[in-house]
Amino acid sequence: MRGRMRLLIIWLCGASASVPLAASEWTLSDVCPAGFHQRNDACYLQSFYNDYGSLQESGVGGLKTGLPPLREGFSAQQIDLGRLLFFDPLLSVDGDMACSSCHQPARGFSDGLAGSAGRHGQAMTRSAPTLWNVGFLRELFWDARASSLEEQMQGPLFAQEEMANTPAQLLKSLQDNANYRELFKQAFNGEPLRLEQVYTALTAFQSSLVSLSSRYDLYANGFHEVLTQPEIDGMNVFRSFVARCAECHTPPLFTNQQIAVIGSPEPDGVALDIGVAAITGDESQRGGFRVPTLRNIELTAPYMHSGRFNTLRDAVAFYTGGRGHAVPKGEHLSLHWHIWEPNLADHELDLLVAFLKTLTDQSFMPVLPQKVPSGLAPVATQILTH
Amino acid sequence: MKKIIPQGLLWLSLILPAPSLMAADILVKDGESIQGAVNKASTGDVILVHPGTYKESVYVDKDGITIRGVVIDGEWPVMEGEGVRNDAILYSGNDFTVEWLTITHYKGNAIMGQAGNNFVIRYNRVIDTGVYGIFPQFGKNGLIEYNVLSGIEDAAIYVGMCDNVDVRHNEVFDNVAGIEIENTRHALVENNYAHDNTAGLLVFITPGLPIKTTYDVVLRNNFVVNNNTANFGAPGSIVSKVPAGIGIVVMAADDVIVEGNIISGNKTAGMVVTDLAFITDISSDPDSEPNPDRMVFLDNLMFDNGADPVADVKALMLTQFSRSGPDILANLGSAQEPDNCIINRERYTSFGIKKWSECERKDTKDIVSMLIPGGAPSEVVTTEGRTKLLYQGICAGCHAYNLRMIGPPTLTVQALYLNDPQGIADYIAAPHKVRTDYPTMPPQGHLSPELRRDVAEYMLSVTK
Repeated sequence: MRGRMRLLIIWLCGASASVPLAASEWTLSDVCPAGFHQRNDACYLQSFYNDYGSLQESGVGGLKTGLPPLREGFSAQQIDLGRLLFFDPLLSVDGDMACSSCHQPARGFSDGLAGSAGRHGQAMTRSAPTLWNVGFLRELFWDARASSLEEQMQGPLFAQEEMANTPAQLLKSLQDNANYRELFKQAFNGEPLRLEQVYTALTAFQSSLVSLSSRYDLYANGFHEVLTQPEIDGMNVFRSFVARCAECHTPPLFTNQQIAVIGSPEPDGVALDIGVAAITGDESQRGGFRVPTLRNIELTAPYMHSGRFNTLRDAVAFYTGGRGHAVPKGEHLSLHWHIWEPNLADHELDLLVAFLKTLTDQSFMPVLPQKVPSGLAPVATQILTH
Repeated sequence: MKKIIPQGLLWLSLILPAPSLMAADILVKDGESIQGAVNKASTGDVILVHPGTYKESVYVDKDGITIRGVVIDGEWPVMEGEGVRNDAILYSGNDFTVEWLTITHYKGNAIMGQAGNNFVIRYNRVIDTGVYGIFPQFGKNGLIEYNVLSGIEDAAIYVGMCDNVDVRHNEVFDNVAGIEIENTRHALVENNYAHDNTAGLLVFITPGLPIKTTYDVVLRNNFVVNNNTANFGAPGSIVSKVPAGIGIVVMAADDVIVEGNIISGNKTAGMVVTDLAFITDISSDPDSEPNPDRMVFLDNLMFDNGADPVADVKALMLTQFSRSGPDILANLGSAQEPDNCIINRERYTSFGIKKWSECERKDTKDIVSMLIPGGAPSEVVTTEGRTKLLYQGICAGCHAYNLRMIGPPTLTVQALYLNDPQGIADYIAAPHKVRTDYPTMPPQGHLSPELRRDVAEYMLSVTK
């Protein structure tokens, strides 16, 4: 009898679950993405770090430290709609660029370029940041000029040198598409399609890109045997007060979300990017950029704001090159106090690289759509090869 | 905000070890490795380090570990960095204690914490060691006492981004900064002897850090004398910008009480109160509030300060026809405002305190300690709790008990693998697609066979 009951429950569970993209051609998933639990029709993160606190709720600290607040609580349908929009080139004026053009799943949601390729393939000056764990960030863009994902995405969507769309044109192209009209109804209670819903859905999807199950995370939570001794030695260099990496790339997200002036060089022949100072006009922030996360850093070469370094080894070696060694002559930058002369040995640089690779985790990779509602070819949805 | 705790209770809470049903002593003798003992240790264990020379860096990423030196006939265990090793002790675990060690010649810090609540750092000697001597960071509820530190190129004791810390009965000398309380709340600095540093006691907000405030700090009954050592801080460091000859610096910190200190022989000034403009050539941070607010300066013994002030201070003092530095210097700007207060101001030479009000508070008898009675709550993870944590941290991301998530319900898995945990353990090492309506599970082959088996057994035992 009990066995029968159990089978019945299993059958019921199977029957009640909808099948993503199966029933009608365009039906949104009612199941939260990997890593998220459903509560009251909204999706909330379940991770190693759920039960930990952090000092002053800062979301920075050591190995077992709570995360900063995540943009969560979106519905499964909103997240799924965002997933389709993200890969759909309908969002660009020429119908040939999607969010995924510069944030490619196979490249750690970056693009492998020093400066991203804009409209008509034109090279731009800054490197596309990863979107893994982007939902935890308070400020976005290298120069921190946006304070929400909704605000941030209106940069590339409407910049002439990027997707070059206009708000009116974007809204019209979605409203003109019967598939999208139906999908927005599913995600937003049948309300008329508005641009704010586009921003919400893309925010919902991007915030679901969570990477917190790396081998480092296992170590941090007490499974010490998961890392090799060189990797642990690398972690100890990383958090030592000689290398000082963890002072700004602070666990658990490996960023303290501050602005830092480190004086890293531009690619050859490129003028100094003054970063935050161009936004605030504050000369002391000249050359300042948001400290990026190091999670999945192995996947997102080249490195630094303009992709000056092709390998992790070159990127970590910058920090032992001497305070201000790459600052152009005649230029004054108020360099961060942790940029100093650590005199790291070569083998310590190798250990750092070994440790950084333990931060790789793509286990919650979303399902990459092989077609999108516009009928255009989805961008950068090829299957991962590693 | 202040807690009145009977001293006895407080002591008990510090002395009683964390959960320690099976606590063991682990002996380390000269020629053996302290790290080796840490790797073997479990929550509640005490690692007894016998006299000898230990050339290693030790990291502690477990909860409830004590490292205790054994001193015999004046012979100490010595951790020797030989100028090439980074830090001597790095800890991240909660309820960590380190005591009775001599630490010398490391490049980085002697004792460094990254998170880790309820730490105790005491009876250590730190000599000529790198950047900071004792540096807890992101920790809540800590005690630093009876340590002697010298020859540190930054702060000997640096409490950075912490809450609820007592620093008492320490001697700090021949350092750039003696004791520094930075971006920290609820700190008591008491009965310390800070002498012959560049500056003795510093209470700072440093801009650009993720935790932005310093407030509720008491500096009480310290000797702060002859802090005139030329600044030998590393170029670019914050403390390299502090002029020599200052007893106490309060920069941007709020609600600082100074009482009962003996402050003498500091050649620039006995105490400087200032806003963030004190530190030049640093990237500005709009989220750091720059003004020192509500300073409370009670009775202190001050004399012989300001004998040979640095040029900036000399220039300020010339405006009131003196060539000497003052006992108390409130720097230009908000430090001179009347939200700051003082009693018996006539006893001191001063600059900039004319507008300071008369304090209502006359003493700090009500403040016994800043520690949290019973300790800070901390999620101590024991070895037994690991499997559950693994299940919740990894498996439960995709499997709920009786609901479809991205993976099938745990109930379904339990029915499939009834009495067959090894089947699950084998499958998750290299999953293949079983159900067309579910994505393929990410492989867990980086977990050892034992861990996979443990978590599989746990999954089969879950009942809700």
